[in-house]
Amino acid sequence: MSESGSITRDEVVHLARLARLALDPDEVDRFGPQLDVILHAVSRIQELDTADVPPTSHALPLTNVTRSDEVRAGLTQEQALSGAPAAEDGRFRVPRILGEDA
Amino acid sequence: MTVGASVTPELADYDEAVASYDPVLGLEVHVELGTLSKMFCGCATAFGAELNTQVCPTCLGLPGSLPVLNQQAVESTIRVGLALGCDIAAWCRFARKNYFYPDMPKNFQISQYDEPLCTDGHLDVDVLTPAGTTTVRVEIERVHMEEDTGKSLHVGGATGRIHGADYSLVDYNRAGIPLIEIVTKPIEGTGRLAPELARAYVTTLREVMRNLDVSDVRMEQGSLRCDANVSLRRSPSDPLGTRSETKNVNSLRSVERAVRHEIRRQAALLDAGGRVVQETRHWHEDTGSTTSGRSKEQAEDYRYFPEPDLVPVAPVADWVERLRSELPAPASVRRRELQARWGMSDPEMQTLVNAGAVDLVGDTVGAGAAVDAARKWWLGELARHANERGTDLSALPITPAQVARLVQLVEDGTLNDQLARQVIEGVLAGEGEPDQVVERRGLAVVSDDAALTAAVDEALAADPEVAEKIRGGKVAAAGAIVGAVMRATRGQADAGRVRELVLERCT
Repeated sequence: MSESGSITRDEVVHLARLARLALDPDEVDRFGPQLDVILHAVSRIQELDTADVPPTSHALPLTNVTRSDEVRAGLTQEQALSGAPAAEDGRFRVPRILGEDA
Repeated sequence: MTVGASVTPELADYDEAVASYDPVLGLEVHVELGTLSKMFCGCATAFGAELNTQVCPTCLGLPGSLPVLNQQAVESTIRVGLALGCDIAAWCRFARKNYFYPDMPKNFQISQYDEPLCTDGHLDVDVLTPAGTTTVRVEIERVHMEEDTGKSLHVGGATGRIHGADYSLVDYNRAGIPLIEIVTKPIEGTGRLAPELARAYVTTLREVMRNLDVSDVRMEQGSLRCDANVSLRRSPSDPLGTRSETKNVNSLRSVERAVRHEIRRQAALLDAGGRVVQETRHWHEDTGSTTSGRSKEQAEDYRYFPEPDLVPVAPVADWVERLRSELPAPASVRRRELQARWGMSDPEMQTLVNAGAVDLVGDTVGAGAAVDAARKWWLGELARHANERGTDLSALPITPAQVARLVQLVEDGTLNDQLARQVIEGVLAGEGEPDQVVERRGLAVVSDDAALTAAVDEALAADPEVAEKIRGGKVAAAGAIVGAVMRATRGQADAGRVRELVLERCT
């Protein structure tokens, strides 16, 4: 966010690119202020004094939740591919990928 | 996309490049852990299974599925960290690495970001130089846990690669297999030995993994993969230069070749007054060169954040200490023991290490072969085949047990070396076990004296002049007849016995 706390037009365009959303200029103008409202609502939490509250990433104070290394039956190929929009030769078929190499 | 950048620029002469510039390396090695099940679900991890049959809602990223961490994967990672002298974090978390790419159906990969499980280790690597073996300490920055991605097959387009592909096909059997990433600190001061050091580092690291039995570390199957970061600077006192990151380096020899290539490519760029672009490059085994992948100038924005579906990992000190006490003797100690037992010199042993042949020879000896014979075949004929195929020895489709059987067949006189080479060819071509190849190709040494005597008589009759010389006492002339008999028997005769018979028939 810019120093004023408002999301900039460039930031909206960048976020849209990261989310693979094709926004036209009108939409950028429309969604910017909407995102601003959300950010301001969340940023109200900064008004609280959290000096004594340890940062947390989970609601539960648990650690080391693991399972033993045992194989469990999963899906068949047919089941795995059943929800795919397209499949070919036992694989998921996806649109070609641009801009990156693999 | 920068199509222009994928044209390979001129390469500088290697000697001139390392005389003008100081290369600095950074190596990132990914190792698939050999657990039975995946990192966050119970799917099997076998290599080569039928497509999309080792998958479930969790590793396919279906709605409502939740990951649960594989205890064995954590334990293996800690053991690797301990073997590399790392500190083990008392508390760490997984992070989501967000990106859109169909190799991860969730649109993110679970990895570790700013809280790796293991940090600050080292690995001592022996490099063979003209002046003898020198040991280089490679500092390890971190070892962290993550999940492997699926495998994409790009269909259509002229090259079969992603550029110009019409669409891609994805298999998720590999998605979610536990992966550790081992990252070095910048490796400085190796000068012209940088390519050899890179290879020796990966070789030694592979040895460590095998010694711990945490992975099968087969580069040709992708269970060990190396990304090589290379940068150049004028002087060791200069700040680090801009680096390129070369991916797709899938054999030990490629590691060395790719680093050498990058040093030459970057030197040529800098010599011409250009600059190195920070980018991902792809190694091509066939052409021995790299091409530009994606530029990192628009740095990836992965928006890492703590993985909300997994709780922190907090290894209990007692557990870590127990794992430490249970570590096997270090791979380097084991190597020295083997060297002593096998009675090899340092350079001999180093050659085995560099060829990635220590375990292969060890297993061949374990299967009953003599050390010298095992070494001879792996470093000789088999190394030649590996070179021809552009792969590592371990990738050849022949097992130490099969080589041991071959050695035995030579020892008991069933085969001579020439025939044994044909048997190797047969085994590599998928014709079965050595004994089956011998039988099917009819390769056994002809030891039937009657048959040999007939062949000798025939050869003598075909060359009466030479026969006369031998009868006249010119024993050296027998060689021509022996040669003729060996040709006639397609190398299947015992040359010593043939010689005896020739002389016998001429007295």
